[in-house]
Amino acid sequence: MSTSNYATERETAEGKVFTVTGGDWDNVVSGTDPINDERIVVNMGPQHPSTHGVLRLILELEGETVREARSVVGYLHTGIEKNLEYRNWVQGSTFVTRMDYLSPIFNETAYALAVEKLLGISDQVTERATTIRVLMMELNRISSHLVWLATTGMELGAINMMLYGFREREYILEIFEMITGLRMNHAYVRPGGVAQDVPDEAIVKIREFLKLMPKKLKEYENLLSGQPIWIERTKNVAVLDVTGCVALGVTGPVLRSAGLAWDLRKTMPYCGYETYEFDVPTHTDGDVWGRYLVRLAEIRESLKLVEQALDRLKPGPVMVADKKIAWPAQLAIGVDGMGNSLEHVAKIMGQSMESLIHHFKLVTEGFRVPPGQVYVGIESPRGELGVHAVSDGGTRPYRVHYREPSFVNLQALPAMAEGGLIADVIAGGASLDPVMGGCDR
Amino acid sequence: MTAPNDRIDGGGVPVPTTPAGASSTAPAEYPPASPAGRGMFGNQGTGDVSGFGGLVRPRRAIEDSPRPYGGYFDEVRDALEEAYPAFADAIEKVVVDRGELTLHVRPERIAEVCQVMRDDLALRFELCSSVSGVDYLGADARRLHVVYQLTSMTYRRTVRLEAAVSAEDPHLPSVTSVYPTADWQEREAYDMFGIVFDGHPNLTRILMPDDWEGHPQRKDYPLGGVPVEYKGAEIPPPDRRRSYQ
Repeated sequence: MSTSNYATERETAEGKVFTVTGGDWDNVVSGTDPINDERIVVNMGPQHPSTHGVLRLILELEGETVREARSVVGYLHTGIEKNLEYRNWVQGSTFVTRMDYLSPIFNETAYALAVEKLLGISDQVTERATTIRVLMMELNRISSHLVWLATTGMELGAINMMLYGFREREYILEIFEMITGLRMNHAYVRPGGVAQDVPDEAIVKIREFLKLMPKKLKEYENLLSGQPIWIERTKNVAVLDVTGCVALGVTGPVLRSAGLAWDLRKTMPYCGYETYEFDVPTHTDGDVWGRYLVRLAEIRESLKLVEQALDRLKPGPVMVADKKIAWPAQLAIGVDGMGNSLEHVAKIMGQSMESLIHHFKLVTEGFRVPPGQVYVGIESPRGELGVHAVSDGGTRPYRVHYREPSFVNLQALPAMAEGGLIADVIAGGASLDPVMGGCDR
Repeated sequence: MTAPNDRIDGGGVPVPTTPAGASSTAPAEYPPASPAGRGMFGNQGTGDVSGFGGLVRPRRAIEDSPRPYGGYFDEVRDALEEAYPAFADAIEKVVVDRGELTLHVRPERIAEVCQVMRDDLALRFELCSSVSGVDYLGADARRLHVVYQLTSMTYRRTVRLEAAVSAEDPHLPSVTSVYPTADWQEREAYDMFGIVFDGHPNLTRILMPDDWEGHPQRKDYPLGGVPVEYKGAEIPPPDRRRSYQ
């Protein structure tokens, strides 16, 4: 290979020296792939305000166009599934609630349904407990969609939307606090029922919320739906059709925005959803705009469901009658969360030795679950949330696997982002609504 | 371990009632593979009269469920038998438990079976909902099981496929060519259980750091204790605390 074209050489005392001169770099550049050469790799995240959590994206850019995108997850992995194997079945609720922190009630309900199916007591769960679960899940769906609207608004430049979204979500968190004692990580839905009954003040507050929310929804629509920037940033952006969604396992609002009305509440009902009146909103464009409309419409449907659930709420027990499974006491709600029931403590400490033994066995050791495995899927705000639970007959789960919609849906990000603009990566990623706590578990 | 096997149905033991929807010959009965399968407090045949401690369960292998299975399960099995000539060779067992159908598939056939399950017009399992691993250490010679949850959106059905491999040779074909959604989920199963999916485009760790050693959700993965600053004491790892022995 001759070097004379690019550099002159001369001998010196130290050895051969090459002098590279200008003017020939154009030849070198044109000799290589003219497109490849202009590509740069940009690392986005894991700490980035608009990656919607601790998500890292590796983008190969050609100008402003994304040629390749890869997502890296796992930064929030806390080993919840492994931890569950060293706690008893009831304690599992407190772990799973921390997975997808925007939809804790769904995590708990899916877990509770799976344990109940393993125990074979699904039909013994009381009507009131099931209705409360539906009520709480739908409120949670609204709060989760509100956070989606808020964060997506912020990421696309509508800071006011963020403030409004979080403001209304706060209202729901206050309701949750009245009912469960905690704003998040409730551990409220337990195998066999729910931890305690809904207080009357909470019902009043929910009714107020039902009156307030439709006005707020109109406000959001006035703010965003007609707004040229919002439309420009969302219409025909990050399109994924039904085929792509199903192949990549994407469910939830993203799949419905592409036109397939697949909602487990309708197609494979649980918790008595088949007896409620509600619609499954869909859109046909499969873009970020469609996902925005679908989520707004879902908030309206959830409001309808909350209202129906409230009307059905008849007095009754909220835990199965089987004393070998039911938690021994109704816990009291204090200012700092759930607390002991003084009445129950007085009984087991002062009156009944058997109750004390029973309480001790159930609380320290827990109940046994017959061996076997089940899979339960429910419709979370992000799509199919599945629990695969295996028991070996012991007092602790042998294995619990969460099919997390955030985890599965994130696989679709390269399909949405590649070929688009880098700004649309943000819109596309946000429209998947990934919650990294759930994704990484 | 002194309690006789026949105590499982009596003696005031609260749990082994047959769950609703399960067939009478309850299958999928795995023996306790870990200390977690026994009672707490290390109770092994002492003076415990509650029936909780030291209970020994019969080691029953997974059995074929008798036909008819009920529901759509018979149709699914017949459709697969018709569409897939190697059915007898590939399907080891068909188990119905708690209203769910499980097909135990020979691991080397799993991708073929998935292809038929997806493409046959009478089956149409378009969506692979979930792929996960389970480690049946001590209960099964092929201890690592991969569990696939398939959903038919057309017929609104679900079915579970289960393939078992040994820890010494944890290989089975990847189903990513049939279900692209299995990509990350197979990576997770590899990360957590060390199951190798041959033909996967990029089988690397996904949740644990890239340089991590071992596969944490295996049952024989050593758990760490927590050192505390008091005379060199250590909080023992969870499986060696008093209540788990």
